[in-house]
Amino acid sequence: MLKYTLHRLLTGLITVFFIATITFAAMHLVPGDPISGAKAMSPEIRANLERKYGLDQPVLHQYKVYLTNIVKGDFGISYTQQNRSVNDIIRDHFPVSATLGVLAILIAAFGGVIFGSLTALFRNKAPDHLIMFLVILGISVPSFVFAALGQYGVTELNRFTGKDILPVGGWGTLSHMLLPSLVLGLGTMAFLVRLMRSSILEVMNLDYVRTAKAKGLSPMRIFLGHKLRNAVLPVITVLGPAIAAITTGGFVVESVFAIPGLGRYFVQAVQQLDYTVIMGLTVFYGSFLVFMVIAVDIIYGLIDPRISVAKRSAV
Amino acid sequence: MKNSTLVIFMQLTATVALTTPGLTSSALAATGSANKTLSYALSTEPPQLNSLKSTDTESFFILGHTMEGLTRYGKSGEIVPGVAEKWTMNDQGATFTLRKNAKWSDGKPVTAKDFLFSWRALVNPKTASEYAFIMYPVKNAEAINKGKLDPKELGVSAPDDYTVKVVFEKPCGYFLGLTAFGSFMPIREDFYNSKKDRYAADAGDLVYNGPFMLTKWTHGASLALDKNPNYWNKDRIALDRIDIPYITPDNNARFNFFKDNKVDLLETLNKDDLQKAQAERLKMKNFADGTLLFLEFNFRDKRPTANKNLRKAIASVFNADEYVNRVVGIPGTKAGLGLIPQWLRGSKDLFRKEHPMAARKANVAEGKKLIELAKKEMGVTSIPPLVWLTGDTPLSAKEAEYFQSLLKTTLGLELKIDKQIFKQRLAKMSAGDFDIVAAGWGPDYSDPMTFAELMTSWNENNRGQYKNAAYDKLIRSAQATAHATTRMTAMADAEKLAIDDFAILPLFERTKVYVHHDRVEGIVRHAVGPDPDFTMASIKTTKQ
Amino acid sequence: MSQTFSGDSGVAEAVKSSDLHPGTGAAFNADDFEPAVRINRFQGLSRPSLSYWSDAWMRPKKNRKATVSLAMVVFLALFTLVGPFLWRIDPSAQDMARISEGPTFAKTAVVIDEAASWTAPELSGIPAAPTASAENLLAPATLEADGVPSSQAVRLKWAPVTGASAYAVYRSETKPSGKVGTSELGVPIGEVDAGNKVGYEDTFNLERSEYFYSIVPKNGEEASKFTTLRVVLPSTIALSAAQALKSDIKVGETLHLSAHPFGTDYLGRDLLSRLMSGARVSLFIGFFAPLVMIFLGIVIGGAAGYTGGRTDNLLMAFADFVLALPFLLFMILFKIAFGVGAGESGIFPMLVAMVILSWPSSARLVRGQILQLRESEFVMASKLLGARPIYLLFRHLLPNTMGVILVSLTFAIPSAIFTEAFLSFIGMGVAPPTPSWGSMCNDGIQTFLTHPHEFLFPAIFISITVLSFNLLGDGLRDALDPRMRSTS
Repeated sequence: MLKYTLHRLLTGLITVFFIATITFAAMHLVPGDPISGAKAMSPEIRANLERKYGLDQPVLHQYKVYLTNIVKGDFGISYTQQNRSVNDIIRDHFPVSATLGVLAILIAAFGGVIFGSLTALFRNKAPDHLIMFLVILGISVPSFVFAALGQYGVTELNRFTGKDILPVGGWGTLSHMLLPSLVLGLGTMAFLVRLMRSSILEVMNLDYVRTAKAKGLSPMRIFLGHKLRNAVLPVITVLGPAIAAITTGGFVVESVFAIPGLGRYFVQAVQQLDYTVIMGLTVFYGSFLVFMVIAVDIIYGLIDPRISVAKRSAV
Repeated sequence: MKNSTLVIFMQLTATVALTTPGLTSSALAATGSANKTLSYALSTEPPQLNSLKSTDTESFFILGHTMEGLTRYGKSGEIVPGVAEKWTMNDQGATFTLRKNAKWSDGKPVTAKDFLFSWRALVNPKTASEYAFIMYPVKNAEAINKGKLDPKELGVSAPDDYTVKVVFEKPCGYFLGLTAFGSFMPIREDFYNSKKDRYAADAGDLVYNGPFMLTKWTHGASLALDKNPNYWNKDRIALDRIDIPYITPDNNARFNFFKDNKVDLLETLNKDDLQKAQAERLKMKNFADGTLLFLEFNFRDKRPTANKNLRKAIASVFNADEYVNRVVGIPGTKAGLGLIPQWLRGSKDLFRKEHPMAARKANVAEGKKLIELAKKEMGVTSIPPLVWLTGDTPLSAKEAEYFQSLLKTTLGLELKIDKQIFKQRLAKMSAGDFDIVAAGWGPDYSDPMTFAELMTSWNENNRGQYKNAAYDKLIRSAQATAHATTRMTAMADAEKLAIDDFAILPLFERTKVYVHHDRVEGIVRHAVGPDPDFTMASIKTTKQ
Repeated sequence: MSQTFSGDSGVAEAVKSSDLHPGTGAAFNADDFEPAVRINRFQGLSRPSLSYWSDAWMRPKKNRKATVSLAMVVFLALFTLVGPFLWRIDPSAQDMARISEGPTFAKTAVVIDEAASWTAPELSGIPAAPTASAENLLAPATLEADGVPSSQAVRLKWAPVTGASAYAVYRSETKPSGKVGTSELGVPIGEVDAGNKVGYEDTFNLERSEYFYSIVPKNGEEASKFTTLRVVLPSTIALSAAQALKSDIKVGETLHLSAHPFGTDYLGRDLLSRLMSGARVSLFIGFFAPLVMIFLGIVIGGAAGYTGGRTDNLLMAFADFVLALPFLLFMILFKIAFGVGAGESGIFPMLVAMVILSWPSSARLVRGQILQLRESEFVMASKLLGARPIYLLFRHLLPNTMGVILVSLTFAIPSAIFTEAFLSFIGMGVAPPTPSWGSMCNDGIQTFLTHPHEFLFPAIFISITVLSFNLLGDGLRDALDPRMRSTS
């Protein structure tokens, strides 16, 4: 187990190194550079700025400096926000994106398990059809549509009632987080409902369920103790990648609801060609994703005694 | 193993829980309460607030409220006394007398040294300020910025703590207007040096001498400005606080904040918001924000646009009226006439009234004739597709598609749209990698020169590299004197040369439609200077 | 699926199990046996045998959802490929007179003469120097339309107000409440900058059939009094524009304008034909990216699975690495790094980025399948009969993974469509003038409260497409992959 974990961590580190390299290469392939401004500058000022950011050095040297700094945990200074470091930006804004993402995942996971169970319990009855209809909607409608409609709906609701039922945007209290995380989690939730439904239906007629029935356990206990417990496992496996996808996929939601998250910074940085921010955020997100998946795999192994991760790794 | 993973997870959640309260925005302090707080939403965050490095609207908006130069912008954009009480000016230079009661937010007096320090720092090549050029009318500024002279040689001096003496490089008729500009704000040397690289990075890293002070800056989320108790003219400031609880580039979101009474001013409505605003029965106002939008042609060798008849053909099929009314769709927008927009003042009256320019009428038949002429001159049977370089905003795509269809149907010209993100567009513009670029120019100061200088051969912003010796000569002559009528006439003559040469095709002068809630009054909009300006705003006390 | 699982142990196990079978091994005599009566009716197959593919064909037919989704996919294909031949409106033809129109089926317009140029009446008797302060200014005594208003131009003239230095002209779609204090007069359409100029020509986006114009006198500030006029605008078309549609038309005649069943967009282009050409882009990316990606997956996954050993380890480590890249971040990054030149649509770089980032999932899938199949009995048998590796791979291994591959292809389509839509939505997708459903959504979202059709139609098309491919994938999975059959 320890060996497996170490092996995974090592490959994770190598992956992060490659991510850093690819990002660096991609950034230096891009035509244009971060220093140019709306008003053209004289060659003298330009040279001064290039010296300041070390852009006058050969590319290989820049690469070396960049890698050493990453190892030191220093992503450099932003080009557009000249006195904020990328570390500052991550420190200030990652918690926001993470909170939003975790909340969205929680909503998606709980919603997925509950609604998924309901559809399985009421199979081919009205609640099943209703939920599955909503699920289809959730899967096939893009998140930007939900975001726009959701915000419009809340604005109208606030006006209609004359009260601040929910904030239209911004960040701070739990009420600010509710609508954006719901919008963000909706797609994943729909996906999980489907997964959960088929997963429960699969375990429905397995031997141990039949045994439990034969023992005379109440349907509720069978459901909670046997069916749900086993059916929930596949849901956990997809959570790892889903967390990362949700945390990085929040661009639109963050922008619509005026949330100071990292996703917005990334898009902004790309538009401004802010080298350091783009590279820093990509490496940061890449490592986050890599280690999240590793963590979920390990936790999965701990939860499900039937699966030994060490053995699984051979496949 | 089991425990350690759990610990990692708990730490993660703990950081999340600890950090979020720090981001609490003041969104809860909703408008409508009796306090004198004005709420506003920004579209993007100021990158930083060091006046030596600021180049963007948002930074200048904040700096205009928290800092004060020798002069300020008045209600209709005129120059009024700021830190300077009075001044004298002639062709050789200017002398400003500072008021003795001007103080920094920590109570120390604002002195002539603070101006000397920031002005020298602005042109110091080590600072690498993009706006250093704006100081060039001051003696030796350009030489210093190019590293040929020591910053100490800059033509400013302080005979005593309350006098700033400026020596000009050459006569500068608009110098007074510059002293209100963001880059000319004072900076206190001791404070600047104590902060080093952190200067103006956060609310606590600045010291203020303007009507407001930045008291809260949660990056990416919100800002708050509070009234500066040490401001010399604090009795004239009616607001206690300017609250900026939201920062979002999403136009619809900002509209919703306004509708939900979370912000008092919606700085600009786009075309499609107009109907929404009518349905909401909002009181709409408009103002010209000073920017001229135009097509810049590439004059480099072998570019088809170097042919005058081709440019003329494009200009003659362009229907400004249809474009402004249907495509731009912002009421009050004026079709572009020349290089110098219609809001600028000349020697006595508006520049355009003193030097009128006729509106061009679309004439497709003439355009078709011209294009044939152009083909003959170029010796080709068909003109190769033109590269239309443009930005990534929705309007620029719309504009590009409009022209693509227009030139195709009228002149049979093919247009290749090259849509690029901001920095890549700049790179392509500088490299001359285009035939036509949809450009815009906003004024730095309130004088026709800020536009007239644009097409000179030495201007780096002349991306099409238009060269006209007569034009250059006229601009040089206008720059050599401070005599108003002579300058204006020279610029008007130069402008006429450029327009008759189709150096650019003016499209329109941007207008913004905005709305504010009834509880606030006195919001001022500026074409030059901090926009919007809340220093003269107040909250009505009658209702609520 | 450990690779040490060899064929020998399988055989050994089979022998062992037959040993354990009860009833074997006892001694019998030959007399104990009688020839059995051959019962022929059990021998013949009562139904045609079901091959894999015919089984696969039958299942979705039984599954209602799958049939409906198949029909929808066919409809989408027809919409995209045949649609443009039936609905022959140029998707890039602009009509500045019909911007952002809602769905129309039969619209007519009266042909009018070209608007002759018009200048606002200027009075000489009124003192140009303003006198009264803004509060004391009166409302204009009269306000009327000069000539017949049309959707080309509305010309107003009013009685001068003594002491005014300028007039503000407002236009509203709804009747102003008439409350004193000039709020809610509508859009500030223009300003007349002299007190003796008492007329205004409005040519600004006249798209409604009724407007309320208000004239507010000004002297520095706006006065609180105003005069309002209701103007009804008949649908008209200028002669030159009409002649472009129908050459022999004359002034005064009525012209039938082309119908736009889905409305028009912000440049007056037909939305239906734009949806069709947008479908080409969205579906092209939606099909092509998964196809290439799966092809790559088959090659790499097949190679890895079949060769095994170090090649396998290396290839899979690479796949793991690519899988670990944050997808959307790298899509945006690659998009910027590849760059889109002048006149290019940006489809190709997007496709390349998508393929580069998403092949590993299908490669892993194919490899897993091949590993499994490699050990199965029929492959073993084929090997024993002396089949060469290439033959094995193409005759046995790959065809048997086809089902799984097809299923994953169907599921990759909606996600590719979503990715394209998302990227175009944040402005990082296809370049104008190429329309895609995502970029159309991006254009439409700004107007979705006032002209909802511009946003809703492309959004609905994205949703329908994603939905039908998802359902089709479900159906196909039930049909093709017996192990993955959902129990529903």
